[in-house]
Amino acid sequence: MSVIKNININLYRKRRLVNFLVLACSVLTTLFGLFWLVWLLETLFLHGFRYLNLSVFTEPTPPPGQSGGLANAIAGSVLITIMGVLLGAPLGVLSGTFLSEYGNRSRVAPIIRFVNDVLLSAPSIILGVFIYEIVVVPSGHFSGWAGSLSLALIALPIIVRTTEDMLKLVPNTVREAACALGAPRWKVTVAIVYRAARAGIFTGILLAVARISGETAPLLFTALNNQFWSSSLNEPVANLPVVIFQFAMSPYEDWQHLAWAGALLITISVLILNIIVRTFLRTGK
Amino acid sequence: MVRSGTRGRILDVVFASATKASAIFVLLIIVAIMLSLLIGAWPALKRFGFYFVISKEWNPVTEHFGALVAIYGTIVTSIIAMLIGVPVSFGIAVFITELCPAWLKQPIATAIELLAAIPSIIYGMWGLFVFAPFFGDHVEPWLSNTLGRLPVIGPLFSGPPLGIGVLTAGIILGIMIIPFMASVFRDLFEVVPPVLKESAYGIGATTWEVIKKIVLPYTKIGVVGAIMLGLGRALGETMAVTFVIGNADRLETSLLMPGNTISSSLANQFTEAVGKLYTSSLIALGLLLFILTFIVLFVAKYLLVRLTLKEGVRT
Amino acid sequence: MDKKKSKPRQNLIDRGFASMQYGGGSAQPLSRPSSLPLKMQVKDLDFYYGKFHALQSINMDIPEKRVTAIIGPSGCGKSTLIRCFNRIYELYPKQHATGEIILDGRNILDPKEDLNLLRAQVGMVFQKPTPFPMSVYENIAFGVRLYENLSKQEMDERVEWALKKSALWNEVKDKLKQIGTALSGGQQQRLCIARAIAVKPEVVLLDEPCSALDPISTATVEELVDELTEDYTIIIVTHNMQQAARVSDFTAFMYLGKLIEFDSTEKMFTNPVRKETEDYITGRFG
Repeated sequence: MSVIKNININLYRKRRLVNFLVLACSVLTTLFGLFWLVWLLETLFLHGFRYLNLSVFTEPTPPPGQSGGLANAIAGSVLITIMGVLLGAPLGVLSGTFLSEYGNRSRVAPIIRFVNDVLLSAPSIILGVFIYEIVVVPSGHFSGWAGSLSLALIALPIIVRTTEDMLKLVPNTVREAACALGAPRWKVTVAIVYRAARAGIFTGILLAVARISGETAPLLFTALNNQFWSSSLNEPVANLPVVIFQFAMSPYEDWQHLAWAGALLITISVLILNIIVRTFLRTGK
Repeated sequence: MVRSGTRGRILDVVFASATKASAIFVLLIIVAIMLSLLIGAWPALKRFGFYFVISKEWNPVTEHFGALVAIYGTIVTSIIAMLIGVPVSFGIAVFITELCPAWLKQPIATAIELLAAIPSIIYGMWGLFVFAPFFGDHVEPWLSNTLGRLPVIGPLFSGPPLGIGVLTAGIILGIMIIPFMASVFRDLFEVVPPVLKESAYGIGATTWEVIKKIVLPYTKIGVVGAIMLGLGRALGETMAVTFVIGNADRLETSLLMPGNTISSSLANQFTEAVGKLYTSSLIALGLLLFILTFIVLFVAKYLLVRLTLKEGVRT
Repeated sequence: MDKKKSKPRQNLIDRGFASMQYGGGSAQPLSRPSSLPLKMQVKDLDFYYGKFHALQSINMDIPEKRVTAIIGPSGCGKSTLIRCFNRIYELYPKQHATGEIILDGRNILDPKEDLNLLRAQVGMVFQKPTPFPMSVYENIAFGVRLYENLSKQEMDERVEWALKKSALWNEVKDKLKQIGTALSGGQQQRLCIARAIAVKPEVVLLDEPCSALDPISTATVEELVDELTEDYTIIIVTHNMQQAARVSDFTAFMYLGKLIEFDSTEKMFTNPVRKETEDYITGRFG
């Protein structure tokens, strides 16, 4: 009892009340945040699945007022994204290697690291304007290549960052052990360090794919759109994000329905990619 | 044993140079972006000078271009987004790290992270088709009848309930950055050593006191850095805004009226711009946006570097 | 561990050997110099981590096909010293060594020295096991392939030889295709030893090879060290004095970046000259 005497029970009640109120706020904000996100997903899945049918995958985008699908846009998106990653990944992995393996004795490394962060946070629409200026204007026309290049610029900094982080997770003792066998530095990096970090590097590339596959803004000025099947990346190429943007903003109901189906497709593929990345990271370690 | 090391040495130099060349290329890209934006913006900047930043006139017909409407829209939508996004993300992060029962922790955290990966065009589309009509029908009339009648802030909330507009765009942006910022906050809070929190609980502190006195001070620079990163995202976001802001080049006091941001102006007008000065003015907008996000990133970086210095090297 | 030290080479150890190196050309000749050819000579070696002077004028002669142990309290520079012997420190910026390390008549600190060839000649095993993320077989074949073109059969033989030499063959002969990181800690460390000797180096550096191992694995590794001296010059860093006493022929005691005393193991542990050595060995500090 003597212990209790020293405690100001009113003060304690007040503290408990404050604690309760704050935590209640925390729960409420969580519910508030999740409410919008759940609402968004619910609408997306409801509308998306309603308008998702086989012709979406088999027929090209229709003129207004007619029925059609998204087949050319899906194919174009896949193509542009793949080319974007193929352009960005080698450069990104090599740059990440430089930062991790050679960066500690180089004065340019901190600069590159900062510049890479600038690129990472640069608004994607700016990258679109940039590619428009240096590719679309000189060549005189929009093209799939320009689209891929702008996506490569978005993928690049992501891959640089994850590659560097993943290579740095490889303990130095492993590098030392390989060097101690007389392996030259490039061999140590390629045969040992890359191998140890391959799951991580691959995840980084997948993350970049997930990121660029939903990217719209830069494609507006580069790949533009094409109502038909594109025969080459040298001409405007239909792609899901731009089609969604144009169809959703249009007054035609058929187009809006296709936009929902396209939005669902993009979301599902991005979510699947992210889930793959997560399982990869979990088993890769 | 005859052993030759020459080939290895040459390959060493080749490989090291290749990695370095790639890294330098990244640097060159940024330089090229800056240069191309400057060159593209030059005609507009030469013609309008500083007037470009302070003029609210944006008229393609008379070829008078000023960025004020877009800058205003960009900043106001971002402020609205932060006002919504920061407290909600903070609450979610607190809920996940301190309150959530263990079995729910991982699912919620994963769900939030997955939501952060959803492309912004989805948020924009949902905003256009679902949120804007709802907002225009149910919330905006109420806003202009209540807040709109107050002095001082009244004009901000007056006007016809259109659904689309600056306020709607800001709210959609806010919803969009919630998952991103919540997962960054959560990562930061998890960095706090459990033993620190335990010792605070050990002397009888409540959960809120532990958050206020231990978790926040420990992570405050990181929290501010994360807010800056979220702000950078909001400033540069295009698709979530373009759908719902209404693309109007007039400066309106009311938040319920349509407006424009830098990125939505670009998205809506860039491919249709006729004439050198029009295009150049749009690129000048882009340059402004780039500089804006650069400054925000710089501040965020500076704060995060200070955090890591304070923490020392973690292994 | 009394079974040890009944070997003939124990008799070869001459107590005057080490002291000669200190006197700087002392009058005391080696009793049987022909039986103790030198593999490595360290002359006035200084080492710096940035501005920190980590090793101070180390002089030390390392006899061929013997086990030389380096002991001393943590931070005394013993690991730093052996990291000079294959210049593995070069991986990091701001670390540099001055002085000379003579290996087979050439100064390996010479900037013109080919580091890869040097490291192929001077192998190293680290404190923690460092299996590469590949199969047991590939772990060993990796180093061999760097400098030799062997047929499949020759390579099989080499892998088997190295694994037998490191007393691991019986345990892993059925799981050569299994990934090296899946082995137990003790097995991993023996795999690393097998990998180091498979390239047939002349000197093997062991940097506290047993510090992460359980007592049984430690005993296996120690026996292994003992056997390896038939072909290799071994330099082992250890914080465990009993281990130094069990496995080495010569022992160097280092303290605060200086070589305090270097002599035959027997003399070091029974009758050290310097007070610091005696204090450390008898456990009065460190």
